[in-house]
Amino acid sequence: MSNTVVKAIYDDEEPLMATAKTFRDKGIAIKDVFSPFPIHGIDDLIGTPKTRLAICAFLYGLTGAGLATLMMWYMMISDWPTDIGGKPSFAYYMNVPAFIPVTFESTVLCAAHGMVITYYLRCKMLPGVRAKNPDPRTTDDKFMVVVETTEDEADNVEALLKEGGASEVYVD
Amino acid sequence: MQHESEIREPLILGKKSYADITRDIARPIEGKASKYWYMLFTLAVIVFIWGLGCLAYTIGAGIGTWGSNNGVDWAWDITNFVWWIGIGHAGTLISAVLLLFRQKWRMAINRAAEAMTIFAVMCAAIFVTLHTGRPWLDYWLFPLPNMFGSLWINFNSPLVWDVFAVSTYFSVSLVFWYTGLVPDFAMLRDRSVKPLAKRMYGIMSFGWGGSARHWHRFEEVSLVLAGLSTPLVFSVHSIVSMDFATALLPGWHTTIFPPYFVAGAVFSGFAMVLTLMLIVRKIYNLENYITVKHVEYMNIIIIVTGSIVGVAYLTELFISWYSGVEYEQYAFLNRATGPYWWAYALMMTCNVVSPQLFWFKKLRTSLGFTFFMSIIVNIGMWFERFVIIVPTLCRTFLPSTWNMYSPTFVDIGIYTGTIGMFFVFFLLFTRYFPVIAQAELKSILKSSGQEYKEKAIHHG
Repeated sequence: MSNTVVKAIYDDEEPLMATAKTFRDKGIAIKDVFSPFPIHGIDDLIGTPKTRLAICAFLYGLTGAGLATLMMWYMMISDWPTDIGGKPSFAYYMNVPAFIPVTFESTVLCAAHGMVITYYLRCKMLPGVRAKNPDPRTTDDKFMVVVETTEDEADNVEALLKEGGASEVYVD
Repeated sequence: MQHESEIREPLILGKKSYADITRDIARPIEGKASKYWYMLFTLAVIVFIWGLGCLAYTIGAGIGTWGSNNGVDWAWDITNFVWWIGIGHAGTLISAVLLLFRQKWRMAINRAAEAMTIFAVMCAAIFVTLHTGRPWLDYWLFPLPNMFGSLWINFNSPLVWDVFAVSTYFSVSLVFWYTGLVPDFAMLRDRSVKPLAKRMYGIMSFGWGGSARHWHRFEEVSLVLAGLSTPLVFSVHSIVSMDFATALLPGWHTTIFPPYFVAGAVFSGFAMVLTLMLIVRKIYNLENYITVKHVEYMNIIIIVTGSIVGVAYLTELFISWYSGVEYEQYAFLNRATGPYWWAYALMMTCNVVSPQLFWFKKLRTSLGFTFFMSIIVNIGMWFERFVIIVPTLCRTFLPSTWNMYSPTFVDIGIYTGTIGMFFVFFLLFTRYFPVIAQAELKSILKSSGQEYKEKAIHHG
């Protein structure tokens, strides 16, 4: 029994959503959906796991804050404390108000860049990577459902997709 | 699908389908540029080259070529820096703050506004790097180990905070903008027939395919970046204002500066967005996407921020009188009635009086008047920074240091040169990049498109 991939093109996102609901009720997994814009609610229907990118961003932010604190403590307090304008640098906690802006900027810098880099790597997106959409029309106005199934089931899946309003269905 | 109240005006006019949106946004890139584009571009390039000449002259001969002098040691350089960086703020406000507030009208203008931010910050960076006098030593601004032993930069100084704030702001805005552009580059890649264009957009689109998983992550990234950029945008101009506010000079040493600068930045930024969007919608026929309603929304922000700026001016005056400090009182009296009274009067008229005209619906929905006003506000906000800097420095504590200031041709050349550079970049952007975030726009077509709204009303 070899695996078969069924691809269906939809002209609109509403019948696609309805089809996804039928598939979920019948317990047939949809592998992926390609769309020109984010369709809200499709993630739950096809069982996309919740992304943890926001947690990553938080951790990168903490790293940024930590690095900035360490840097300023080392440069201003530990390595070469100077008395600037009658405001000596004796201890970190005494100087901390002046360090807030740079700590904040460093937090944002690390959180934003760390998150974006993680996002690109997680999606395997880099300059020069081949386009991931099987059909070029899905960045314009078409929507594609990809179902991975077995050869025996393929006809059933095809029928369901057509019934749901797909304008084209093809089996690879 | 999201529901939207029927009484809200549609944001996408005409009978548009998803394919129409693709076609309309790709048209300026795939078609030939109009003669207006070539005319504007040529003009911008000429001004830019002239600016480069003045810049080279400054680097070769030193900043003695500027009008700045012993008393007035900050003048057009810092005025222009603050002006440009302020203009940048509207882009981030539109893309980040309006995203957090779920304002759908941002989608037609956020892309161009963010591009404006990036180009404006680049212009601002020219002035800060140049005003140090020896720009080839500007790496001294960064905390690098150096040859003088372990002498580090001073993290108590707002000038150092500024280095961190502006560089963070620039790089974060750039990735935010680019991440949003990726799906639109993919659209152009999939449409293009010319091999070179297909290849270039292929590289720039990072292989984007629009998979549901990727959209899910894309939305999370956009939301978190908006959350990070919101405090960032407020921090940047607050820190810029601290360059002044932490100085002990009367007229600069005021606690109102951070919020007042932020409001002023948003005010001037929206004026610049209006200037640009009114040109873009005209030369690329995007009237159905950048509608009069969009312009009206932006004009409302102009009234709000303009009024905040007005209140700040008056508060400053009141506090200087109420403080009872002679120097403080003189600083403001000198601004309003001293040798640069005309700059003060211009600032007050352009920034405080004229935006109030937008209370009239007829005026705020008139495109011609809006365009005129956007220029007025840009001029007014330039003079605000001039008034803060030059009249204050030309009358400080010691009358023997009192000096008048007038710009040289180099000052004027570099300033107009940055305007030229800004327009060169912006015009290239409109030719090669999608000016409207079409993927986002498609997602609101059914809730805010005219045709769909009318259908919804008919079906009750």
